[in-house]
Amino acid sequence: MKHKRKSYNYQRSHVAYVYLIPWMIGLVVFQLYPFLYSLVLSFTDKSMLTGGRFIGLQNYVAIFKDPNFKKSLVATLAYVAITVPLKLGFALFIAVLCNQKLKGIGFYRTIVYLPSVLGGSAGVAILWRALFSGRGLVNSFLTKIGLKSVPWLGSPNMASFTIALLAVWQFGSSMVLFLAALKQIPRSYYEAAKMDGAGAVTCFFKITLPGISPIIQFNLIMQTINAFQEFAAPYLITGGGPLKSTYLYSMLLYDNAFSFMKMGYASALSWIFFLIIAVVTLIIFGTSKFWVFNENE
Amino acid sequence: MKMNNLKYNNLSKFKNRIGRAFSYVFIVLVCLMMIFPVIWLLTAAFKDNTEIFSSMSLIPKSWDFGAFKKGWQSVNGLTYSNYFLNSFLLVIPTVILTVASSCLVAYGFARFHFKGKKILFAIMMGMLLLPEQVLIIPRYLLYNRLGWLDSYKPFIIPAGFATYPFFIYMMVQFFRGIPKELEEAAIIDGCNSAGVFLRVMIPLAKPSIISMALLQFVWRWNDFFSNMLYINSVEKYPVTLALRLSLDSTDLIIWNQVLAMTLCTIIPPVILYVIMQRYFVEGISTTGLKG
Repeated sequence: MKHKRKSYNYQRSHVAYVYLIPWMIGLVVFQLYPFLYSLVLSFTDKSMLTGGRFIGLQNYVAIFKDPNFKKSLVATLAYVAITVPLKLGFALFIAVLCNQKLKGIGFYRTIVYLPSVLGGSAGVAILWRALFSGRGLVNSFLTKIGLKSVPWLGSPNMASFTIALLAVWQFGSSMVLFLAALKQIPRSYYEAAKMDGAGAVTCFFKITLPGISPIIQFNLIMQTINAFQEFAAPYLITGGGPLKSTYLYSMLLYDNAFSFMKMGYASALSWIFFLIIAVVTLIIFGTSKFWVFNENE
Repeated sequence: MKMNNLKYNNLSKFKNRIGRAFSYVFIVLVCLMMIFPVIWLLTAAFKDNTEIFSSMSLIPKSWDFGAFKKGWQSVNGLTYSNYFLNSFLLVIPTVILTVASSCLVAYGFARFHFKGKKILFAIMMGMLLLPEQVLIIPRYLLYNRLGWLDSYKPFIIPAGFATYPFFIYMMVQFFRGIPKELEEAAIIDGCNSAGVFLRVMIPLAKPSIISMALLQFVWRWNDFFSNMLYINSVEKYPVTLALRLSLDSTDLIIWNQVLAMTLCTIIPPVILYVIMQRYFVEGISTTGLKG
């Protein structure tokens, strides 16, 4: 039966390769080759113009002695830990709100997504600097209503949060994915639960959350990877300061590779970075069997 | 029994109404919060420099276009006209090639069975999770050797080879959702594989394609990191780098000019978004990105 249902194109499978050729070339030239070559480079003393001598594990040893490495790793982990839960929580909250049949919902959705269109651009970084600088708009507002001004970008504790706030403000893409997932939960589930006397909160935890758990997982992974790689916001808003509290890992990488021209060393940094992200991603995948529900299974 | 039901209905209707009122209040508040920085930017660009930070008012004392006129001029006799043109020259070909190549590859993955499909698909998904940072140094060296640095080739050419796995994944999800019968009907009518792809699948995929183009446009337009990495000469700067220039060129930031130019640079993606947004949610939803 299964064989009979195979449609026309499954029999002429060689055609598939015609469609895939561009990707295969791109994969090898722009992805796999750079991926493996950076591993090779990480064992050399390659600089921009010279070098490429094999030096074994020296780069890796040096990294673990580098105080900047530890600082930026801590700063990055803090940034990720603040950004991802806030962003996803907010995105889910707004998605649930937007999923109701309210008048003018399209308009609200447009507005809520708008900041995400501005993305991680230099313009937005400039805007953030104007809003949150010492005598910026947010502080003038706070003093006006009788509160103390806050060193949003001036204190190491706050700066990371302020930068994270920018990413949280741009929760749109996660929100749209949540919204799409919410729309796919059958209404009948909620009606049945209501018949049994379940309240809104119970419905949310017993129907909504399990129903969209695959997309929560997808968003969690993508947003975590994205947050780890943030560059433009700290680079343009704080320059990594104060006291390297926002000196995120990608800035450390950039400085070593393109300011100090230590490409071998930076390659080793990038591989450690890759491994950290891979471990975090695997942890999320690993825990998913406890909280992700696939209807197909 | 009937009475009870009626009572229950009234109560629940009342509850619903309160819930709705709360939802409205909430969503309006959230919208205000979200949009406030943009509105502020919009009006601050017309204020004079002392007014920007001293006044909380969203309405400037006088509407002054001077900041736009002065801000438009940049270093070396260049203006923002140059930078905007550069941005378009960089972004538009990149978007077109991304859309074309991603659709092609996604269709290959979604509709064919072939040797090694599972492993190739796994590799593609692996690339989705691979942090860009691991690739930049070898890529930089490669582009250097190819003589692509300080041109838009590092952006445009890889886009033609489907190097954005997110979009491939998005389109694979979409194509999988289209009933096979449509293609089979086209085949019976004498369409070949390319014909099915171009005449049946692509038109059906319009909302998803528009969403992909919009996302890629916005991401490339706003991209700062790669621009900074690959483009050195000021006359080739796209707008993101030009903004950076106006921040750094003087010790004292002339805020109204910087903010005026900031406002200008966000206009193209915002206009595009507002025009396309009716396709946008539909485009994402129909991809059935359930995970």
